[in-house]
Amino acid sequence: MSALKVLRAGPAMSIQDLGRPGHMANGLSCGGAADRIALAEGAALLGQSVQSSALEMAGMGGEFEASEPTRIALTGAPMQASLDGQPLVWNASHKLEAGQRLTIGAVTSGIYGYLHVGGGFATEPFLNSRTAHLVAGIGALIKAGDMLPIGQDPNAEASAQKLPKEARFTGGTIRILPSVQTANFAPETLDRFQATEFTRTPRGNRQGAELAFEGDPFASADQLSILSEPMVAGDIQMTGTGTPFVLLPECQTTGGYPRIGTVLPDDLPLVAQAGPAATLRFKFVDHAEATQAHRTPEQQVKEVKAKLQPLIRDPHNIRDLLSYQLISGMVNARD
Amino acid sequence: MTRSDTIYPRITDVGLSGMLVTFSDTLTEAANRAALALRARIEELRIEGVQETTTSLTSTFVVYDPLTLSQDLLRIHLSELLKETWHEAPLPEGRKLWRIPAVFDHPDHGPQLQEAAELAGVSIKDAIDSLCDTNLRVMTLGFAPGQPYLGSLGPHWDIPRQQGLTKQVSVGAITVAIRQIVLFSTASPTGWRQVGQCAFRAFRPDQPDPFALTPGDEISFYPVTADALAQIRSEDQTGDGGASVEPLT
Repeated sequence: MSALKVLRAGPAMSIQDLGRPGHMANGLSCGGAADRIALAEGAALLGQSVQSSALEMAGMGGEFEASEPTRIALTGAPMQASLDGQPLVWNASHKLEAGQRLTIGAVTSGIYGYLHVGGGFATEPFLNSRTAHLVAGIGALIKAGDMLPIGQDPNAEASAQKLPKEARFTGGTIRILPSVQTANFAPETLDRFQATEFTRTPRGNRQGAELAFEGDPFASADQLSILSEPMVAGDIQMTGTGTPFVLLPECQTTGGYPRIGTVLPDDLPLVAQAGPAATLRFKFVDHAEATQAHRTPEQQVKEVKAKLQPLIRDPHNIRDLLSYQLISGMVNARD
Repeated sequence: MTRSDTIYPRITDVGLSGMLVTFSDTLTEAANRAALALRARIEELRIEGVQETTTSLTSTFVVYDPLTLSQDLLRIHLSELLKETWHEAPLPEGRKLWRIPAVFDHPDHGPQLQEAAELAGVSIKDAIDSLCDTNLRVMTLGFAPGQPYLGSLGPHWDIPRQQGLTKQVSVGAITVAIRQIVLFSTASPTGWRQVGQCAFRAFRPDQPDPFALTPGDEISFYPVTADALAQIRSEDQTGDGGASVEPLT
């Protein structure tokens, strides 16, 4: 089986897919990619199932080498990427020849970048998912020296594609719906919450994102006396000090802090991807509008596919045209 | 937006695809039983569009696909079900009783036993006795995978969580607050006070069925020495940590 060798690893890289739904009753949250739209983009670029797993890289990528010719796609938060020193277009698919060095650096905006491979990563599944759920002790961070097995690529010869630049890495207005304790917040508090501009603090991970804002804390009537209730990704929890925490896919299954609202799953990637410079606002919408806006992962792939364009290499961007691998490309076409 | 009131059971919408039925805002044995029974019924009905169900201490939570099952229709389903009396529902079938050996009075294994006993207003000996002489029910699994909330302890155990957090307790830590015990399934920081330690692993990611406990199961702890626990640990292959298990009828 072909594999991707990890030569250097950023501090928070893990294998992620759509997660492991169905185990809340056993205390295990769904988990999965922080930015599910990026999974749909990877699936569209490589022409494969959105169930395929990808490598999620928080803030910083790494250095990789494939044991066999491998198609890759780069999605999510844009990162500096190059192949044997030649810059690679982000939000596009590329061909990685055996032994070529793929270098992925720091994010230029957003937080979570994704490296997809044709055929998906073929690491050992647990309860039907390859998602690492670090808090639960399932899977582990990827480190230098790891060999990540790659599944069979059904479209190994497909040509490279690209997608237009995405605007989801700079925050924006996030649509929310009521959650368990929304009704315990005074109407004035809910109004003020929607009128407030938030930024992400450095405190945050795959479990949740802490938000900073100016003004009084957002307290509910029964801040400290509620029983723990089931919790879902997207819930906006007010901690003891009235500071909002937006729960992300690796959150716990129950929580005892009041929740002022829940982010639409379709908008959660915007929160997960909000970098230090991004600003966020929240706006309650009604359930009918939210349902109308909702897309399943498969529907997302379909919508993304409509935006695909062939990736044409601009000769001006190729520093040394003669050294470019025209020959090996021809050899591969006959393989 | 639904308005909170004091009439139970209460149905609350949670985001795009969640609906919560709350039987009580305080922990009672009857409300816990009702939540478990309602969840079992919803599972049995196999309502199209229901993706997942779970329970908290006193609530049943339904996760659904709003593109298949409308919010209104699910609310009608649940309202119909709530016309029945749930507080007298029987406990789930197939329950088990686990007898688990544990170390209590030891600086490494129960570092906050003395503090907890003082808050409960009992001697250390009486504290251990009262933690061990009750069959504690798994009221819900949550927070971490397979992790049980066990209840209820006697009223003197209605002690608050500590102000600060313990940086880390290990798997098998027995912690206490608000008349409940949490038996940790993963190493974790916690605001609960650690009064004991066992070798029982509630979450076993290395096994085909990784969740050892089911809500409704009961646990009874019995004290052993730290040496005995070390011995049990060294011999344990399954994660049971020396526990025996028998069916509850």
